[in-house]
Amino acid sequence: MEPDRPIYAQLIEKIQTRIVSGYYGCGERLPSVRELAADAAVNPNTMQKAFAELERSGLIVTQRTNGRIVTEDKELIDSVRCRLAQNHIDAFGRKMKELGFTKEQIFDLMDRRI
Amino acid sequence: MSSLVELKGVSKSYDNKLLAVNNVNLSLPRGKIIGLLGPNGSGKTTMIKMINGILAPTAGEIRIAGMPVGPGTKARVAYLPDRNYLTGNKTVEQVFHYFDDFYENFSMQKALGMLESLHIQPEARLNSLSKGTKEKVQLILVMGRDADLYVLDEPIAGVDPAARDYILRAIIDNYNPEATVLISTHLITDIENVLDEVVFVRRGQIVLYNSADKIREEKGKSVDAYFREVFAC
Repeated sequence: MEPDRPIYAQLIEKIQTRIVSGYYGCGERLPSVRELAADAAVNPNTMQKAFAELERSGLIVTQRTNGRIVTEDKELIDSVRCRLAQNHIDAFGRKMKELGFTKEQIFDLMDRRI
Repeated sequence: MSSLVELKGVSKSYDNKLLAVNNVNLSLPRGKIIGLLGPNGSGKTTMIKMINGILAPTAGEIRIAGMPVGPGTKARVAYLPDRNYLTGNKTVEQVFHYFDDFYENFSMQKALGMLESLHIQPEARLNSLSKGTKEKVQLILVMGRDADLYVLDEPIAGVDPAARDYILRAIIDNYNPEATVLISTHLITDIENVLDEVVFVRRGQIVLYNSADKIREEKGKSVDAYFREVFAC
Protein backbone atom coordinates (compact mmCIF):
# COMPACT_ATOMS: atom_id res chain seq x y z
CA MET A 1 0.00 0.00 0.00
CA GLU A 2 1.11 3.54 -0.70
CA PRO A 3 0.80 5.34 2.61
CA ASP A 4 -0.36 8.70 1.28
CA ARG A 5 -3.38 7.58 -0.78
CA PRO A 6 -6.77 6.35 0.41
CA ILE A 7 -6.63 2.60 0.95
CA TYR A 8 -10.04 1.91 -0.58
CA ALA A 9 -8.93 3.54 -3.86
CA GLN A 10 -5.82 1.32 -3.93
CA LEU A 11 -7.92 -1.76 -3.20
CA ILE A 12 -10.23 -0.87 -6.10
CA GLU A 13 -7.23 -0.70 -8.44
CA LYS A 14 -5.87 -4.02 -7.16
CA ILE A 15 -9.16 -5.82 -7.69
CA GLN A 16 -9.68 -4.17 -11.08
CA THR A 17 -6.24 -5.36 -12.10
CA ARG A 18 -7.03 -8.90 -10.98
CA ILE A 19 -10.25 -8.83 -12.99
CA VAL A 20 -8.87 -7.38 -16.23
CA SER A 21 -5.88 -9.71 -16.11
CA GLY A 22 -8.19 -12.70 -15.75
CA TYR A 23 -6.91 -13.69 -12.31
CA TYR A 24 -10.58 -13.45 -11.36
CA GLY A 25 -12.30 -14.72 -14.49
CA CYS A 26 -15.45 -13.45 -16.15
CA GLY A 27 -18.47 -14.59 -14.09
CA GLU A 28 -16.24 -16.14 -11.42
CA ARG A 29 -17.21 -16.01 -7.76
CA LEU A 30 -15.04 -13.70 -5.66
CA PRO A 31 -13.62 -14.48 -2.21
CA SER A 32 -15.49 -12.92 0.72
CA VAL A 33 -14.79 -9.39 1.91
CA ARG A 34 -13.40 -10.83 5.12
CA GLU A 35 -10.96 -13.14 3.32
CA LEU A 36 -9.76 -10.39 1.02
CA ALA A 37 -9.39 -7.96 3.91
CA ALA A 38 -7.34 -10.48 5.88
CA ASP A 39 -5.19 -11.13 2.79
CA ALA A 40 -4.47 -7.46 2.24
CA ALA A 41 -4.13 -6.80 6.01
CA VAL A 42 -6.72 -4.04 5.85
CA ASN A 43 -9.89 -3.26 7.70
CA PRO A 44 -12.94 -5.22 6.45
CA ASN A 45 -14.94 -1.97 6.31
CA THR A 46 -12.41 -0.52 3.88
CA MET A 47 -12.60 -3.62 1.68
CA GLN A 48 -16.37 -3.39 1.84
CA LYS A 49 -16.19 0.21 0.63
CA ALA A 50 -14.00 -0.84 -2.31
CA PHE A 51 -16.46 -3.60 -3.18
CA ALA A 52 -19.40 -1.19 -3.04
CA GLU A 53 -17.60 1.09 -5.49
CA LEU A 54 -16.82 -1.82 -7.84
CA GLU A 55 -20.46 -2.84 -7.70
CA ARG A 56 -21.56 0.67 -8.59
CA SER A 57 -19.30 0.57 -11.63
CA GLY A 58 -20.81 -2.77 -12.65
CA LEU A 59 -17.55 -4.71 -12.58
CA ILE A 60 -18.80 -6.81 -9.69
CA VAL A 61 -22.34 -8.15 -9.48
CA THR A 62 -24.06 -9.42 -6.35
CA GLN A 63 -26.18 -12.50 -6.89
CA ARG A 64 -28.59 -13.54 -4.22
CA THR A 65 -27.63 -17.18 -4.31
CA ASN A 66 -24.03 -17.07 -5.41
CA GLY A 67 -22.46 -14.16 -3.56
CA ARG A 68 -20.39 -11.67 -5.49
CA ILE A 69 -19.20 -12.53 -8.97
CA VAL A 70 -17.18 -10.79 -11.65
CA THR A 71 -19.42 -9.32 -14.36
CA GLU A 72 -20.01 -11.36 -17.50
CA ASP A 73 -19.95 -8.16 -19.55
CA LYS A 74 -16.69 -8.61 -21.49
CA GLU A 75 -16.95 -5.17 -23.07
CA LEU A 76 -17.08 -3.53 -19.67
CA ILE A 77 -14.00 -5.46 -18.55
CA ASP A 78 -12.20 -4.44 -21.74
CA SER A 79 -13.08 -0.79 -21.27
CA VAL A 80 -11.78 -0.84 -17.68
CA ARG A 81 -8.63 -2.55 -18.95
CA CYS A 82 -8.10 0.21 -21.52
CA ARG A 83 -8.70 2.93 -18.95
CA LEU A 84 -6.17 1.41 -16.54
CA ALA A 85 -3.67 1.17 -19.40
CA GLN A 86 -4.27 4.81 -20.33
CA ASN A 87 -3.63 5.87 -16.73
CA HIS A 88 -0.29 4.06 -16.76
CA ILE A 89 0.65 5.54 -20.13
CA ASP A 90 -0.26 9.06 -18.99
CA ALA A 91 1.83 8.72 -15.85
CA PHE A 92 4.73 7.26 -17.82
CA GLY A 93 4.46 9.98 -20.47
CA ARG A 94 4.61 12.70 -17.81
CA LYS A 95 7.71 11.18 -16.22
CA MET A 96 9.46 10.84 -19.57
CA LYS A 97 8.69 14.45 -20.49
CA GLU A 98 10.10 15.51 -17.13
CA LEU A 99 13.27 13.72 -18.15
CA GLY A 100 13.26 15.72 -21.38
CA PHE A 101 12.45 13.00 -23.91
CA THR A 102 10.49 13.74 -27.08
CA LYS A 103 7.71 11.48 -28.31
CA GLU A 104 9.96 9.98 -30.98
CA GLN A 105 12.74 9.29 -28.49
CA ILE A 106 10.26 7.64 -26.14
CA PHE A 107 9.00 5.37 -28.94
CA ASP A 108 12.54 4.55 -29.93
CA LEU A 109 13.53 3.64 -26.36
CA MET A 110 10.37 1.62 -25.89
CA ASP A 111 11.06 -0.28 -29.07
CA ARG A 112 14.47 -1.29 -27.81
CA ARG A 113 13.34 -2.22 -24.28
CA ILE A 114 10.15 -4.15 -24.89
CA MET B 1 -28.00 4.16 15.08
CA SER B 2 -27.15 4.80 18.72
CA SER B 3 -23.49 4.97 19.52
CA LEU B 4 -21.58 2.36 21.46
CA VAL B 5 -19.42 4.73 23.48
CA GLU B 6 -20.64 8.15 24.53
CA LEU B 7 -18.57 10.72 26.42
CA LYS B 8 -20.42 13.88 27.41
CA GLY B 9 -18.53 16.83 28.86
CA VAL B 10 -15.99 14.49 30.43
CA SER B 11 -13.14 16.02 32.42
CA LYS B 12 -10.57 14.56 34.76
CA SER B 13 -8.21 16.49 36.96
CA TYR B 14 -5.55 15.03 39.21
CA ASP B 15 -5.01 16.95 42.48
CA ASN B 16 -7.35 19.74 41.32
CA LYS B 17 -4.56 21.11 39.20
CA LEU B 18 -3.82 19.67 35.82
CA LEU B 19 -6.79 18.85 33.60
CA ALA B 20 -5.67 15.57 32.07
CA VAL B 21 -8.94 15.35 30.14
CA ASN B 22 -10.74 18.59 29.42
CA ASN B 23 -14.45 18.62 28.56
CA VAL B 24 -14.41 15.81 26.00
CA ASN B 25 -17.49 15.05 23.92
CA LEU B 26 -17.07 11.96 21.83
CA SER B 27 -19.39 9.37 20.42
CA LEU B 28 -18.06 6.17 18.86
CA PRO B 29 -20.19 3.82 16.71
CA ARG B 30 -20.22 0.04 16.60
CA GLY B 31 -18.35 -1.94 13.96
CA LYS B 32 -15.26 0.25 13.69
CA ILE B 33 -11.57 -0.03 14.39
CA ILE B 34 -10.61 3.33 15.82
CA GLY B 35 -7.19 4.76 16.65
CA LEU B 36 -6.84 7.01 19.69
CA LEU B 37 -3.75 8.93 18.75
CA GLY B 38 -1.86 11.60 20.61
CA PRO B 39 1.59 12.42 21.96
CA ASN B 40 2.75 11.23 25.39
CA GLY B 41 0.81 12.85 28.19
CA SER B 42 -2.09 13.97 26.00
CA GLY B 43 -4.69 12.15 28.11
CA LYS B 44 -5.21 8.95 26.10
CA THR B 45 -4.67 6.58 28.99
CA THR B 46 -6.75 8.71 31.37
CA MET B 47 -9.64 8.59 28.88
CA ILE B 48 -9.24 4.84 28.52
CA LYS B 49 -9.14 4.30 32.29
CA MET B 50 -12.37 6.25 32.67
CA ILE B 51 -14.06 4.22 29.94
CA ASN B 52 -13.05 1.12 31.90
CA GLY B 53 -14.10 2.43 35.29
CA ILE B 54 -10.56 2.44 36.67
CA LEU B 55 -10.81 6.21 37.20
CA ALA B 56 -13.95 8.25 37.80
CA PRO B 57 -14.45 11.45 35.80
CA THR B 58 -14.23 14.72 37.73
CA ALA B 59 -17.11 15.97 35.59
CA GLY B 60 -19.31 14.65 32.81
CA GLU B 61 -20.82 11.31 31.93
CA ILE B 62 -19.70 8.15 30.12
CA ARG B 63 -22.07 5.55 28.74
CA ILE B 64 -21.28 2.30 26.95
CA ALA B 65 -24.07 0.53 25.09
CA GLY B 66 -26.40 2.92 26.91
CA MET B 67 -25.21 1.94 30.39
CA PRO B 68 -23.22 4.03 32.86
CA VAL B 69 -19.75 2.60 33.54
CA GLY B 70 -20.03 -0.20 36.12
CA PRO B 71 -20.20 -3.98 36.39
CA GLY B 72 -22.63 -4.11 33.44
CA THR B 73 -20.21 -2.35 31.09
CA LYS B 74 -17.15 -4.16 32.43
CA ALA B 75 -18.76 -7.44 31.43
CA ARG B 76 -18.92 -6.15 27.85
CA VAL B 77 -15.66 -4.24 27.55
CA ALA B 78 -12.37 -6.10 27.10
CA TYR B 79 -9.48 -3.96 28.26
CA LEU B 80 -5.78 -4.27 27.62
CA PRO B 81 -4.00 -1.96 30.07
CA ASP B 82 -0.72 -0.29 29.18
CA ARG B 83 1.14 -2.18 31.88
CA ASN B 84 1.70 -5.77 32.77
CA TYR B 85 -0.37 -7.43 35.45
CA LEU B 86 0.69 -11.06 34.98
CA THR B 87 2.91 -12.00 37.90
CA GLY B 88 3.54 -14.99 40.15
CA ASN B 89 4.07 -18.60 39.26
CA LYS B 90 0.65 -19.51 37.87
CA THR B 91 0.66 -21.08 34.44
CA VAL B 92 -0.80 -19.38 31.38
CA GLU B 93 -3.54 -21.99 31.29
CA GLN B 94 -4.47 -21.31 34.91
CA VAL B 95 -4.90 -17.64 34.09
CA PHE B 96 -7.08 -18.62 31.13
CA HIS B 97 -9.29 -20.66 33.47
CA TYR B 98 -9.43 -17.71 35.81
CA PHE B 99 -10.71 -15.52 32.96
CA ASP B 100 -13.06 -18.26 31.80
CA ASP B 101 -14.64 -18.35 35.28
CA PHE B 102 -14.75 -14.60 35.57
CA TYR B 103 -16.07 -13.55 32.15
CA GLU B 104 -19.07 -15.19 30.57
CA ASN B 105 -17.89 -14.15 27.10
CA PHE B 106 -14.36 -15.61 27.34
CA SER B 107 -13.70 -18.39 24.83
CA MET B 108 -11.16 -20.92 26.06
CA GLN B 109 -10.95 -22.48 22.62
CA LYS B 110 -10.20 -19.19 20.88
CA ALA B 111 -7.62 -18.22 23.50
CA LEU B 112 -5.81 -21.58 23.30
CA GLY B 113 -5.85 -21.32 19.50
CA MET B 114 -4.17 -17.92 19.60
CA LEU B 115 -1.67 -19.20 22.15
CA GLU B 116 -0.74 -22.04 19.85
CA SER B 117 -0.26 -19.82 16.81
CA LEU B 118 2.08 -17.63 18.85
CA HIS B 119 4.00 -20.75 19.99
CA ILE B 120 3.46 -20.14 23.70
CA GLN B 121 3.15 -23.18 25.95
CA PRO B 122 -0.03 -23.31 28.08
CA GLU B 123 2.04 -24.88 30.89
CA ALA B 124 4.52 -21.98 30.92
CA ARG B 125 4.67 -20.15 34.24
CA LEU B 126 4.09 -16.40 34.20
CA ASN B 127 7.34 -15.61 36.01
CA SER B 128 9.27 -17.47 33.32
CA LEU B 129 7.86 -15.41 30.45
CA SER B 130 9.68 -12.53 28.78
CA LYS B 131 8.13 -9.08 28.80
CA GLY B 132 7.02 -9.39 25.16
CA THR B 133 5.49 -12.83 25.71
CA LYS B 134 3.56 -11.55 28.72
CA GLU B 135 2.18 -8.79 26.52
CA LYS B 136 1.08 -11.38 23.97
CA VAL B 137 -0.65 -13.43 26.67
CA GLN B 138 -2.42 -10.31 27.95
CA LEU B 139 -3.61 -9.53 24.45
CA ILE B 140 -4.96 -13.08 24.07
CA LEU B 141 -6.87 -12.66 27.33
CA VAL B 142 -8.51 -9.59 25.81
CA MET B 143 -9.13 -10.83 22.27
CA GLY B 144 -10.32 -14.16 23.65
CA ARG B 145 -13.45 -12.44 24.87
CA ASP B 146 -16.51 -11.86 22.73
CA ALA B 147 -16.93 -8.24 23.80
CA ASP B 148 -18.81 -5.20 22.50
CA LEU B 149 -15.84 -2.96 22.96
CA TYR B 150 -12.15 -3.81 22.94
CA VAL B 151 -9.92 -1.13 24.41
CA LEU B 152 -6.27 -1.71 23.68
CA ASP B 153 -3.84 0.69 25.33
CA GLU B 154 -0.57 0.53 23.41
CA PRO B 155 -0.97 -3.09 22.26
CA ILE B 156 2.03 -3.18 19.94
CA ALA B 157 4.62 -1.08 21.72
CA GLY B 158 6.49 -3.89 23.45
CA VAL B 159 6.41 -6.73 20.93
CA ASP B 160 8.60 -7.65 17.98
CA PRO B 161 7.54 -6.77 14.40
CA ALA B 162 6.39 -10.32 13.57
CA ALA B 163 4.15 -10.38 16.65
CA ARG B 164 2.93 -6.92 15.73
CA ASP B 165 1.75 -8.26 12.37
CA TYR B 166 0.08 -11.16 14.14
CA ILE B 167 -1.72 -8.81 16.52
CA LEU B 168 -2.99 -6.64 13.66
CA ARG B 169 -4.15 -9.75 11.80
CA ALA B 170 -5.88 -10.96 14.95
CA ILE B 171 -7.70 -7.63 15.19
CA ILE B 172 -8.83 -7.93 11.56
CA ASP B 173 -9.83 -11.60 11.88
CA ASN B 174 -11.72 -10.80 15.03
CA TYR B 175 -13.68 -8.05 13.29
CA ASN B 176 -17.35 -8.06 14.17
CA PRO B 177 -19.83 -5.48 12.85
CA GLU B 178 -21.42 -5.21 16.30
CA ALA B 179 -18.17 -4.53 18.15
CA THR B 180 -15.68 -1.70 18.13
CA VAL B 181 -11.95 -1.78 18.78
CA LEU B 182 -10.36 1.32 20.25
CA ILE B 183 -6.58 1.30 20.00
CA SER B 184 -4.33 3.87 21.59
CA THR B 185 -0.85 4.12 20.17
CA HIS B 186 1.84 6.45 18.97
CA LEU B 187 3.22 3.86 16.52
CA ILE B 188 0.83 5.00 13.80
CA THR B 189 2.60 3.70 10.70
CA ASP B 190 2.31 0.10 11.84
CA ILE B 191 -1.35 0.31 12.50
CA GLU B 192 -2.90 2.87 10.20
CA ASN B 193 -3.94 0.50 7.39
CA VAL B 194 -6.16 -1.28 9.86
CA LEU B 195 -7.94 1.80 11.20
CA ASP B 196 -11.35 3.01 10.03
CA GLU B 197 -11.27 6.20 12.01
CA VAL B 198 -8.82 8.20 14.04
CA VAL B 199 -9.18 10.48 17.03
CA PHE B 200 -6.37 12.97 17.65
CA VAL B 201 -5.95 13.99 21.28
CA ARG B 202 -3.98 16.99 22.43
CA ARG B 203 -3.70 18.29 26.01
CA GLY B 204 -6.80 16.44 27.09
CA GLN B 205 -8.97 17.56 24.19
CA ILE B 206 -10.15 16.00 20.95
CA VAL B 207 -8.66 17.99 18.10
CA LEU B 208 -9.84 15.76 15.25
CA TYR B 209 -12.14 12.82 14.65
CA ASN B 210 -12.22 11.65 11.05
CA SER B 211 -12.02 8.62 8.79
CA ALA B 212 -8.45 7.51 8.06
CA ASP B 213 -9.09 7.36 4.31
CA LYS B 214 -10.62 10.87 4.36
CA ILE B 215 -7.43 12.20 5.89
CA ARG B 216 -5.35 10.52 3.17
CA GLU B 217 -7.74 11.80 0.52
CA GLU B 218 -8.01 15.38 1.77
CA LYS B 219 -4.43 15.89 2.93
CA GLY B 220 -2.69 13.71 0.35
CA LYS B 221 -0.57 12.18 3.08
CA SER B 222 -0.56 9.25 5.44
CA VAL B 223 -2.23 9.50 8.84
CA ASP B 224 1.26 9.24 10.32
CA ALA B 225 2.57 12.17 8.23
CA TYR B 226 -0.49 14.24 9.09
CA PHE B 227 -0.08 13.41 12.78
CA ARG B 228 3.52 14.64 12.64
CA GLU B 229 2.33 17.88 11.05
CA VAL B 230 -0.45 18.50 13.59
CA PHE B 231 1.73 17.64 16.58
CA ALA B 232 5.00 19.15 15.33
CA CYS B 233 7.10 20.29 18.30
